[in-house]
Amino acid sequence: MIELAQARGELEGAREPVQKVSIVVSKGSLEGIYPGLIMANGARMEGIEADLFFTFFGLDAIRKDRQRRITVATVGNPGLHLPTLLGALPGMSWLATRMMARQMEKLDIPPIGEFIELIHDSGGGIYACQATVEMFGLTEEDFVPQLDGILTVGEFYERSAGAQIIFT
Amino acid sequence: MTGETSTESARTRIDRDAEGFLVDPSQWDRGLAEEIARECGIEELTPGHWQVIEFMRSRYLETGAAPSIRTLGKQSGVPVKELYRLFPKGPAKLAAKIGGIPKPRGCI
Repeated sequence: MIELAQARGELEGAREPVQKVSIVVSKGSLEGIYPGLIMANGARMEGIEADLFFTFFGLDAIRKDRQRRITVATVGNPGLHLPTLLGALPGMSWLATRMMARQMEKLDIPPIGEFIELIHDSGGGIYACQATVEMFGLTEEDFVPQLDGILTVGEFYERSAGAQIIFT
Repeated sequence: MTGETSTESARTRIDRDAEGFLVDPSQWDRGLAEEIARECGIEELTPGHWQVIEFMRSRYLETGAAPSIRTLGKQSGVPVKELYRLFPKGPAKLAAKIGGIPKPRGCI
């Protein structure tokens, strides 16, 4: 009987709605960055708390000098179904990026800079990983104004108390 | 809320889906909007709320689709920060529910 009650309790626990998410963005390609942004914005739209934590090349999404130069990876990306040698041709990545950008605009998905601003204005947190910031020799000045802070891993976990952590 | 629910008002029976969205947008009126808002924890609809609700509703009736949060922020006249202050539990979803239109299905 106790076991049954426990099992029922676990089931009910599992059905509890998500209250908070912490999304780690670790890749710097267009297809590496967008999923995390869409999930963070989608969380806010449902009234779920959301933080974005950018690390390694994911930092490009919030770097002033790189945010507008993020492209689709046309080499080493089997999902594109493009022969590797073709993908390596000059201009290929630019072309694929432009095609995807046009498609996304049609679906009302904003460019990365505007998307970060939207998430920030929605109350989502925008954080950079301190280890990466130090590794790349960056300072706060290198980031877009929406940056809420540079966090150590420990501080990231602290902020993520009670959240689901999603690594992308 | 589970199953079909309906709100008995003085005028007609209002059909709503399992999540409380109106099934037929033509059954909506401002009094009903105030009732639904209270259910959603919004005690009073201010002019700011109405601006968003009316924009959502008219855009849906014109195009057959509810606008995205991006469009809402750019075109409703209420900026994104303010949208979330007015509707903390999700501006697009709540304004659709209060405005008597179906739940927005988009991801943005």
